[in-house]
Amino acid sequence: MIADTETKPSSVLTTAPDFGATGLPQWYQDLQRSAWEASSALPLPKRTDEPWRFADLKRAAALEAFQTAASLDEATVKGLIVRSSKLEKTSGKFVFANESLAYADRPEADGLICLPLAEAVEKHAQLLQEHFMTQDATLGSEKFAQLHKSRAKSGLFIYVPAGVEITLPIEAYHWVSGENSSVFPHTLIVTGENSKVTVVDYYGSASESEAGLSCAVVDLVAGRGSKLRYVACQSLSTTSSNIHISSTLASADADVKSLQVQIGSAWSRTESVSHLSGKGANSDMLSVSVPSSKQQVDQRTLQHHGEAHTTSDLLYKNALYDQSRSVFAGLIKVDVGAHYTDAYQTCRNLLLSDEAEANSMPGLEINADQVKCSHGSTSGPITDEDVFYFNARGIPTETAKQLITYGFAAEVFGKLKHEAIEAMVGQLVEEKFRQLS
Amino acid sequence: MSAAEATSAIDIDRSVGDFSYPESHEFDAGVGLTDKTIDYISGVKKEAEWIREFRHRALKIFRDKPMPTHWASDDLKEIDFDKIRYYLAHGQQPTRSWDDVPDDMKETFERLGIPEQERKFLAGVEAQFDSEAAYSNVKESLQKEGVIFVNSTEGLREHPEIFRKWFGKVIPTSDNKFSALNSAVFSGGSFIYVPPGVKVSHPLQAYFRINAENFGQFERTLIICDEGSEVMYMEGCTAPKFETTTLHSAVVELVAMKDAKIQYITVQNWSANVFNLVTKRGVAHENAEIRWIDCNIGSRLTMKYPGVVMKGRKARGEVISIALANDGQHQDTGAKMIHAADETTSNVVSKSISVGKGRSTYRGQVHIPKHLKGCKNNTECDALLINTKSKTDTYPAITVRGNQHATQHEASVSQVSEDQIFYMKQRGLSEAEAMSLSVNGFVNDLVREFPMEYSVELKRLIDLEMEGSVG
Repeated sequence: MIADTETKPSSVLTTAPDFGATGLPQWYQDLQRSAWEASSALPLPKRTDEPWRFADLKRAAALEAFQTAASLDEATVKGLIVRSSKLEKTSGKFVFANESLAYADRPEADGLICLPLAEAVEKHAQLLQEHFMTQDATLGSEKFAQLHKSRAKSGLFIYVPAGVEITLPIEAYHWVSGENSSVFPHTLIVTGENSKVTVVDYYGSASESEAGLSCAVVDLVAGRGSKLRYVACQSLSTTSSNIHISSTLASADADVKSLQVQIGSAWSRTESVSHLSGKGANSDMLSVSVPSSKQQVDQRTLQHHGEAHTTSDLLYKNALYDQSRSVFAGLIKVDVGAHYTDAYQTCRNLLLSDEAEANSMPGLEINADQVKCSHGSTSGPITDEDVFYFNARGIPTETAKQLITYGFAAEVFGKLKHEAIEAMVGQLVEEKFRQLS
Repeated sequence: MSAAEATSAIDIDRSVGDFSYPESHEFDAGVGLTDKTIDYISGVKKEAEWIREFRHRALKIFRDKPMPTHWASDDLKEIDFDKIRYYLAHGQQPTRSWDDVPDDMKETFERLGIPEQERKFLAGVEAQFDSEAAYSNVKESLQKEGVIFVNSTEGLREHPEIFRKWFGKVIPTSDNKFSALNSAVFSGGSFIYVPPGVKVSHPLQAYFRINAENFGQFERTLIICDEGSEVMYMEGCTAPKFETTTLHSAVVELVAMKDAKIQYITVQNWSANVFNLVTKRGVAHENAEIRWIDCNIGSRLTMKYPGVVMKGRKARGEVISIALANDGQHQDTGAKMIHAADETTSNVVSKSISVGKGRSTYRGQVHIPKHLKGCKNNTECDALLINTKSKTDTYPAITVRGNQHATQHEASVSQVSEDQIFYMKQRGLSEAEAMSLSVNGFVNDLVREFPMEYSVELKRLIDLEMEGSVG
């Protein structure tokens, strides 16, 4: 196996994958083959593409440098398994290193299916065919979504049957190792009626000095009355690139809360869509980013209300250090007939240096009346008054600024109302602060 | 129509504007746009060679630029540029006295609700029929103060030393496809120069009017306020109803020198077949202030994003806009605030009302680049939806660099509250009256920014648009 990968490295963007080599079922290979055709037919994003306004197109074009990830030696894999310990208590834990399953603590519950993708396509073809990437990417990364589809073989498929509640979170680690290596982790969560589950994806680099690519797609299909919590923590090396395309489909009375945490990578593009398709459905979209040096976060969101009596609430916060840059483009779309929609969208940028840049495009498209929709966007520094308040209580300016910034970020992950995850994310943010000071 | 109605000063509504006269154009550039059309227009206007060249360059840019449909409405594709008349005029010099104005035009004024006695109150009336100013009345006192208030042809011919410096500089020809079109075929519009320290006490007004089928109007306005001077300019539009689409594409440039103040007020009520694609921008120098007060009620598609480039320290920019979109209408309006100096502040307040199947859009841009200090922007957009098929969109874009600025943007969408309507019905108002009152309340704080006669007119227009939208 190791010898096979010793061939000349080739770009994942321009070279067709070896479909047969995966050993996955024929139906899946066919799916991947047509996805590859679709991906290579699509052009790279252009300046005039509205979903790429303010985006750093050079970073998208630079994805060509990334290659298929090689198999790893045992020592590296062991090291990564040791590092895969963010949450203390979990109901299940999976570690993928360069797309290979390195560790699995499989959760057990009545009827629960929680399998690595490669196993799931073998054993649950029907469920996969029904739910795997059925929602198209619409916020600009169509090409990269198809690229992901053509190569996805790692990540989790989780199916929670009706009435089943998984109390502790399920954790999945996606490690990328090697200069210019790329991984395509997939997450598909399907929840049955009135079920409950919490899943945490963690994206990391084996070495801080290597530039890698993670091109992930996450599909959350929340059944009637189910409660789905999802967290994506991105802490890749600061030279890496990250693409994270997620879509939520919330049926009647389903309640979905998703959180994006952006700590690492030179360029991180996230596209998050919530479709509210049944009466009483709710989706909370949360994000917190702490970019520094020349890091860029590029966030595109859509809250799509297709049915009456649905609610959504978005809160994205960016604390920008040094010469970092953020782009936020959000849209609330209310379809004809989707009356009694409550939709909110808030983007806040805290500018912590004179060279940081924040771009925000909060948008609304309302085609129904009897709706309550609002969006707000602010960009500003920490005010002198805030710092003075701390100084007056004996806290020095630098510490005060850090506390204020932490509080700014903590409001977001506090909304998940999950103590253990809150502590874990808080720690990630504090680690970042330590690197900065 | 009764005589009483005809002389009522506030009677500018769509039904009053719904008439037309036989066309008799002494100068007519024909239909479609070629290099010959440009030469023809330039020839009729006896323009200097540099203007002719300017027009030809603009035509080339217009042809090269694609339609901005990658972000704008596909409705733009419906414009057939080959079926539009780009120039026609009566071939008269702008007339100086009321008596010289042709009778049929006088009647138009009557119908527009500008009785002769009103003239006393108007500092100057630049009334545009088709593409040439048919009547211009510059009050003596303005002349004494050295204020120049002329049409574009006269401005460029008689006062090039003043106007050439800024003409096409605030809005370059290549800014967008429609500014290029205007630069190629412009005629009419107002050129105003206010000398240092002069504060024009009365608002200057211009009434524009489209009067021939398939004829687009391309007026060009340039207002220069020298140091410490002030002026308020008002433009209002009504147009007769026509069967086929008409195009209106103006370019308005404002220059406020140090400490100067310009207020530009527009009430736009084109008939519902007009494409209104306007580029408006002002440059505010040190401590200067530019305010755009904009009200869009008519037209089929309006695309208008008044902008202010704050070039000098402590310059201020403001856009206050009201949009009302009814069946078959799309009001795509907004604001552009470009901060280019320290301590500049800008404010955008936009309120839109969508009635029936109408669609209103707010599109905005706020740009605060690097190395500036103490810039502030506030943006508020509120949308009111009246019926179940009404639509509204908001697409702002805000860029802030550095930690010494503050921006905030807020938008909300709501409908008239049932409690409010119920309360008013309890007190004997009909549902339609209650709705009308509610809508007027929604825009009231903005309407107050308009001069008195305009705010009265606005209220009437809103009432009229609301008719039949409920029940």
